[in-house]
Amino acid sequence: MATPLKRVRGLGSARSGTETFWRQRVTAVANVPLVIFLILAIVSHIGADYGTIRGFIAQPLVALAFLALIISAAIHMRIGLKEIIEDYVHDEGAKVLAILLATFFAAGVGLASVVAILKISFGS
Amino acid sequence: MGNSKLAADRPLSPHLQIYRPMLTMLMSIAHRITGFGNAVGFLLLAWWLVAIAAGPEQYAVVSSFFASIAGRALLFLFSWSLIHHMLGGIRHLIWDTGHGLDKVSIEIFAWTTIIGSTALTILVWLVGYALRGGS
Repeated sequence: MATPLKRVRGLGSARSGTETFWRQRVTAVANVPLVIFLILAIVSHIGADYGTIRGFIAQPLVALAFLALIISAAIHMRIGLKEIIEDYVHDEGAKVLAILLATFFAAGVGLASVVAILKISFGS
Repeated sequence: MGNSKLAADRPLSPHLQIYRPMLTMLMSIAHRITGFGNAVGFLLLAWWLVAIAAGPEQYAVVSSFFASIAGRALLFLFSWSLIHHMLGGIRHLIWDTGHGLDKVSIEIFAWTTIIGSTALTILVWLVGYALRGGS
């Protein structure tokens, strides 16, 4: 039986094949060490004063880890929220609106966090 | 899928309420709920980072909220949700390789996720309180 590969490759109803599936896995793998970093970073600074926590995040490697976490988590979150919406919201208009809002939410909290890290790193 | 014209008068496959709840099924639901919970937690993380960037006054507001009973409860749930989703996610990554899909393994994975996430969350908080020195 010949596999209709040309119809499978890069297609499917979303015309993007397994790209979203794979992106969710790549960000999932990245999130594991980054979330462990986040938990350790927060737990080791409980009760720290403002200058200490700001100085900690301003360190280049720490800022790098935070930025990586934020970007990876925002992408992962956007795919996950979209998947939940597609499963439960069946009205086409409401579904498109909900996915749009989920995308704006992921981009919003992600970008706000990135700007905060950059300001802590470079700003006054 | 979203086409209501096609859905009319067609037999529907049995959904969740038809089945007796099973552990693996509850863990699948829990993975979705904790994923959504982590989205709420991301908002808390963003708020915390923005406050640090904004200055000491704004940071004091966030700190006092997180130190309150409600704030601590929210953070506890977030940390549990995060660790639960992480362990559940590792389980999914193992399944993606084609391993651990037999009946015994899926039960072991389910219990590992429940017990592991609860134990690790409590451990994280105990270490946090110990480093803080009591309060």
